[in-house]
Amino acid sequence: MNIVVCVKQIPDPASPGALDATTHALKRDGKLILDESDAYGVEMALQLVATAGSGEVYVVSMAPNGETSGMRTALAMGAVKGLLVSDPALAGSDALTTAKVLAAAVNKLGGADLVITGTESSDGYTGTVPEQIAECLGLPSVTFAKKVKIEGSVLKVDRQSESGYDEVECTLPAVISVTAGVVEPRYPSFKGIMDAKKKPLDVVTAGDLAVTPTGWAGAGQKIVNVTQAEARKAGQVIEDDGEAFGKIVAFLENLKLI
Amino acid sequence: MTINNVWVFAQASGGVATTGTLELLTKARSLSSKVTAFVGGDASAIAASLGEYGATKVYATGDLNGKLPGVAISAAMKSIIDSGDAPDVIMFPQNYEGRDTMARLSVKLDRTVLTNNIDIADSADGVVATTPIFGGNILVATAFSGQGPYLVSFRPKSFAAEPAGASSPEVVAVTVPDLGKQGGAKVVAVHTEQSSGPKLDEAAVVVSGGRGLGEAGNYSLIEDLAKLLKGAPGASRAIVDAGWVPYSYQVGQTGKVVKPSVYIAAGISGATQHMVGMKGSKNIIAINKDKEAPIFGIADLGIVGDVHKVLPKLIEALKSRS
Repeated sequence: MNIVVCVKQIPDPASPGALDATTHALKRDGKLILDESDAYGVEMALQLVATAGSGEVYVVSMAPNGETSGMRTALAMGAVKGLLVSDPALAGSDALTTAKVLAAAVNKLGGADLVITGTESSDGYTGTVPEQIAECLGLPSVTFAKKVKIEGSVLKVDRQSESGYDEVECTLPAVISVTAGVVEPRYPSFKGIMDAKKKPLDVVTAGDLAVTPTGWAGAGQKIVNVTQAEARKAGQVIEDDGEAFGKIVAFLENLKLI
Repeated sequence: MTINNVWVFAQASGGVATTGTLELLTKARSLSSKVTAFVGGDASAIAASLGEYGATKVYATGDLNGKLPGVAISAAMKSIIDSGDAPDVIMFPQNYEGRDTMARLSVKLDRTVLTNNIDIADSADGVVATTPIFGGNILVATAFSGQGPYLVSFRPKSFAAEPAGASSPEVVAVTVPDLGKQGGAKVVAVHTEQSSGPKLDEAAVVVSGGRGLGEAGNYSLIEDLAKLLKGAPGASRAIVDAGWVPYSYQVGQTGKVVKPSVYIAAGISGATQHMVGMKGSKNIIAINKDKEAPIFGIADLGIVGDVHKVLPKLIEALKSRS
């Protein structure tokens, strides 16, 4: 059971996001970290391989400037090998090109029984890459998996739906996207962090994968305007002195809701 | 460019067209005189209502027999496009099925996608879609370039659904092609979570709880308050992820978009993810112990305090009135 987890390395969500003044792209030039929503996929992969009793977990990522710090986090958790695609020509790529690159990276690692992704990244949240990777690889997919197990060559997934969940069965190999909270990601141990520094992490270009990088020119989209939305103003903020509930009652009364 | 032909990814729930579908059809008919509703399933029960909101034609795949919609509907769409009926724009709802179908189709057609939009216009720059970012503080307008069909998805409640008058659109059956290996996933059972009271995305009052509640057991305060106000209980992603309440309670970017008369956020700091789903509320009341919490930046009434103290007193006060 070999599993490839696609991970994204993103600007720290704790710091405010900013757009590049010229390209209007999200600035990603600072230190990048492992997207928290991908930690669930890494953990899921480690658990599935442990249950299967054999196999390995690999991680792939696409990021600018040869950035690997987020991938090292995944390696510290227990993945054994990483493949990073980093290429200035990929700057400005859309979700479709990203999916083509990640699918090619999965193939470069020799394919996988299962490819795991998050449902959407925390910074760009286009949310189409998992299903696009599956289509590029010609595989079935189950998105929004909240419970996953493998019985023989059959994948059994509880898939989140608008009104509850669906039980889905799927042949392997396949692609799944997992929701946050599906498992509890482990914290890397000190030993894991030290070991991760020695684990193989190859860096390749789009050309190495025979993907034609399109970047800005081929994205099929162009930002034409960026404006401030009409801001919602803050109202009255008061410290609770034990009686603040009365303010809420008065507010609701004023709206004739009570 | 001139838009001559728009498709809308149409969905039904409980035998009626979803509100989201009617919203998209309403917008579609303002863009083009030719509007086609593409139904992944049987359309006989909903065709009239699709027509009433603007569809001049309906494609329907018939029962998908447990196939996952994304792979099946995208293959059906591709076959129609290949046969010569290629739309300029395909509008999708920003939900599970819409997103999956759009993603599969983008690879089949080798076309980009624009997601999470709240508006679309045919302008001098071409077909331009608008998406809010950074919690809705900034609006980014993006034009498609190159060849269509342009694939674009919209958040719920981006447009108001308005009927155009009765009409009977032509309904055309579409065969889902053989999906091969990609059709390897099947739905074997469906589970529906029951809830009482008004629906979260339709309620006039929504009371949502977050991590500040401390533990799952305290969520009953949210339910009690929602019930007293004849509203619906909601939740932040943090406590849904933590397993305190089901996903169907989630308000935010990856959950429901709500626009009630009053939104009460209790123990919710106001992550972008959450604010995107509720900042359209008419009135917002926030209770949080951290006075720096971003939620206070958009609240009409902010109480800096402990939800464990404020909520029980509020509940008592409301009970004593009824």
